[in-house]
Amino acid sequence: MSLARHVDPDEIIEKLHGMDMKDAHRHHQSTKGGTSHITPYSTRYASKQEIPKFRIPQDGAPADAVHQMLKDELDLDGIPNLNLASFVGTYMEAHGRELMIENISKNMSDADEYPAMMQMHARCVSIIANLWGAQKGEKAIGSATTGSSEAIHLGGLAMKRRWQEKRMAEGKDTLKPNIIMGANAQVALEKFARYFEVEARILPVSEKSNYRLDPDLVKENIDENTIGVFAILGSTYTGHYEPVEEISKILDAYQEKTGVDIPIHVDAASGGFVAPFTKAQAGGPKWNFELPRVKSINTSGHKFGLVYAGVGWIIWRDESMLPKHLVFELHYLGGTEESYTLNFSRPGAQIIAQYYNLIHLGFKGYQQIMENCMTNARLLSKSLEATGWYTCISDVHRKKGVHSFSGITEAVFGHDDETSADYNAGLPVVAFRFSDEFKKEFPHLKQETVSNLMRAKQYIIPNYPLPPNEEKTEILRVVVRESMSFDLLDRLISDICATTQNLIESDKSDLSILLKGEDHSVEKQHSSLGTPRHGKGQDHGGKRPMAEGVHRAVC
Amino acid sequence: MAEISSTDLFTTSVYGSKFAAEDLPKHEMPEDEMPKEVAYRMIKDDLSLDGNPMLNLASFVTTYMEKEVEDLMTESFSKNFIDYEEYPQSADIQNRCVSMIGRLFNAPVGEDDAVAVGTSTVGSSEAIMLAVLAMKKRWKNARQAAGKPCDKPNIVMSSAVQVCWEKAARYFEVEEKYVYCTPERYVIDPEETVNLVDENTIGICVILGTTYTGEYEDAKAVNDLLIKKNIDTVIHIDAASGGFVAPFVVPDLEWDFRLEKVVSINVSGHKYGLVYPGVGWVVWRAPEYLPKELVFNINYLGADQSSFTLNFSKGASQVIGQYYQLIRLGKHGYRSIMGNLTRTADYLSESLEQLGFIIMSQRGGAGLPLVAFRINPKSKKHYDEFALAHQLRQRSWVVPAYTMAPHTKDMKMLRVVVREDFSKSRCDQLLCDIKLSTGVLDLLDKDEIKKHSDFIRLHASHSGKSRHNHPHYKNERHSLQGKTGKTHAIC
Repeated sequence: MSLARHVDPDEIIEKLHGMDMKDAHRHHQSTKGGTSHITPYSTRYASKQEIPKFRIPQDGAPADAVHQMLKDELDLDGIPNLNLASFVGTYMEAHGRELMIENISKNMSDADEYPAMMQMHARCVSIIANLWGAQKGEKAIGSATTGSSEAIHLGGLAMKRRWQEKRMAEGKDTLKPNIIMGANAQVALEKFARYFEVEARILPVSEKSNYRLDPDLVKENIDENTIGVFAILGSTYTGHYEPVEEISKILDAYQEKTGVDIPIHVDAASGGFVAPFTKAQAGGPKWNFELPRVKSINTSGHKFGLVYAGVGWIIWRDESMLPKHLVFELHYLGGTEESYTLNFSRPGAQIIAQYYNLIHLGFKGYQQIMENCMTNARLLSKSLEATGWYTCISDVHRKKGVHSFSGITEAVFGHDDETSADYNAGLPVVAFRFSDEFKKEFPHLKQETVSNLMRAKQYIIPNYPLPPNEEKTEILRVVVRESMSFDLLDRLISDICATTQNLIESDKSDLSILLKGEDHSVEKQHSSLGTPRHGKGQDHGGKRPMAEGVHRAVC
Repeated sequence: MAEISSTDLFTTSVYGSKFAAEDLPKHEMPEDEMPKEVAYRMIKDDLSLDGNPMLNLASFVTTYMEKEVEDLMTESFSKNFIDYEEYPQSADIQNRCVSMIGRLFNAPVGEDDAVAVGTSTVGSSEAIMLAVLAMKKRWKNARQAAGKPCDKPNIVMSSAVQVCWEKAARYFEVEEKYVYCTPERYVIDPEETVNLVDENTIGICVILGTTYTGEYEDAKAVNDLLIKKNIDTVIHIDAASGGFVAPFVVPDLEWDFRLEKVVSINVSGHKYGLVYPGVGWVVWRAPEYLPKELVFNINYLGADQSSFTLNFSKGASQVIGQYYQLIRLGKHGYRSIMGNLTRTADYLSESLEQLGFIIMSQRGGAGLPLVAFRINPKSKKHYDEFALAHQLRQRSWVVPAYTMAPHTKDMKMLRVVVREDFSKSRCDQLLCDIKLSTGVLDLLDKDEIKKHSDFIRLHASHSGKSRHNHPHYKNERHSLQGKTGKTHAIC
């Protein structure tokens, strides 16, 4: 959610409509006749008066009229399925959806009132912990969260507290904690560092490290004040998995040398529901609780967990990893509830939906879906490279072990019996850019234009620079979700090709116009600035073009 | 008995399938799929063991919304609220809500560029954490600018605060300084509060509607004292419950941005904002009270957005639901609902008083529409409030008993929250059952009551038999509850 600025309604209304609109308002208030109606479109909101935007109206309006007005307005929102930028699930089966509707009023924190729901919560934690290789003899413990952001805050906070307790026991100072993460980290990781006052050591990424955390740099940056390392399973930029096992070994060696024990938190926001199911797994090396150094893992249920937005999970490998100091016990009518979350009252429907998915799909169901996503991602990547116009930065479509583009060597369609195990492991994400030849031939064409032109066809394909150090490379990115069927993929490929063809044939001057897309919504002008521009607020008012500055990945 | 074929996945009826004869998977993901109608039915049946929210008088959280808005909310399930570029309309709607709520709280507007900022949150807990974080950062910046140490921040608040204040202080490493309640006074004493303030105080929390007795703490007095004594600190108003009540029931009460020391206010949309769980709001007086280091500018798909929240992706439904309620009801609608609730609460208070209880909450709109009451000690009853709560449980009513905030001589109380769906006729039902229950308890002797309430606690109340709590974290000793026996209030 962004911060919204409080808007002065009078000023805007005056600017927008002049005086006649105000008169209409007054007229209706005095007659009080505005609420009687036959259809929603015969109320006062249909023509005479606009929907109140900035202050609560004095009188209400009939339920059906408000429903219709808001519904109409929401039509302007995009089409979720064509949003290829987001990892967040946009499809659920009718039955799962129905369960959510029936339980929309349930409050997750009311354990006494909703014991059955709490049971399901506990079962989900258990199932997910087992999925991630919870070890015998250890008591895995975890919780649902609103999303991966909250989960990361909780995971980081537990690491910080454990480090503090250890340092205090040793009689050392606890003033300068730091945490290691790659520059490809999503913004929640950085937020954690800022909000909980931990120095963020953000390590640059490079082509050599496959645009992910570089184990060599980890070695140079750790010290006794390092509370932990965030390893990302599935970089949001290119879908590469970070080498958790390799990092773990480096930390093992460091511990042997210095005695300093540094834990790992795996941010598996996207990969937590992909890697365990795909035949490729995480590409061979271990990433989950099988590694003793991995103390906690988080994932988003609303990404490849296939639930609608609003659920994430965090699991600690053992209860000793979660300091008692952070857990509050709530008494509630004779029962007790333990609480370690940043949110309290919140919807429970998503957790029920998660349980529905887990038992309805089963291991095989998830596997089929993930394999389908991977197959489609490969198909898209290969087709794009086959045009000669594009090169993929992601490499889930390259044979295992091959990490760079080496010409088109094979057919776009793979063999019938091939699985993701034959290829590099990664998220079903396709990150691509103009090929070097294309850039040489058409230096005036901007990649951003492709994104804008696809926008006109309702697709959302973002174009943004890679993380710092590699920011000169811009990528277009498509997330292949379960709802991206073969048919849609087919259309997408032809639309990308047609668009690029169009670009090549158009005139230079025609193209420049495309680069100035502006949104003129009143609220947006006032609000998406967040804090205001004048001096004391944010230095840059958030109006810089996408291509400049650091792109922050989000979950 | 004939064996059910184990390969039979798709028999004609749900209860004829093999799944009806098996346990639901609990700890390990099943290897194979389950047909969707079976999974649906099994989970639905399982959920039928959940309680009836209508009879839960413990919670402030909304359990009723109109059909039309339910439709609107379910249509928006698949929308990710944070995706501004894809769902610009949903995002605009949040901004409109912030504007409306800022106005409702009399945020200063109009005088050159001074505008309030705010955001929607998942609930008041997140909102409070954000506010604490902002206060802490602002204090730290000021201290650093003055070249003074900034390693011992503290925050002044009432001991009747809800548990997330303790959490916020703990998680962000701020020392808690409590203003304790007394057996006669369940809210903060302004004089005492202001005296606790020192140079390391990041701010004062004042509660508009404590969760125990629903009283409004005197923000104006604290504000005036701060000005009189010329103390440089700020006030945050925790209006989780009261933010949507006070402006409609007692519009003349000065508690909001009309007081110059008040810099931020939080409110829960899912309490008296009349929306299903999952929405809260926090509003700051002006951007300068929200240090820019805390705001991340995120470039999500070309739409630059600034973000200062602990959660990111979440459903858009609740924010849309809030906007619906604001324009559907209007001030007039909210006023009539809150008026009704206040009248029902007054009626309940009167009736309980006649039954011999001592009423601890305010009446006539001077506090939240809730009734806090306890057994008159003069009546020398041989049972306590907890026994009565357990007895009512037998009649399916969830009326919680609490131990009051520390330094109130372990005073116990019962509390009934009057929510939108608690009509007068249901109120009469409750009164009948309270009368019945006290009658039963009067007849029982002490041992019997103990046995009886133990039995109900273990077998009739749900959390008594729940196994989901971890023994490792039982009986924590680090919080106010652990130290003093106060029951944690929750929001």
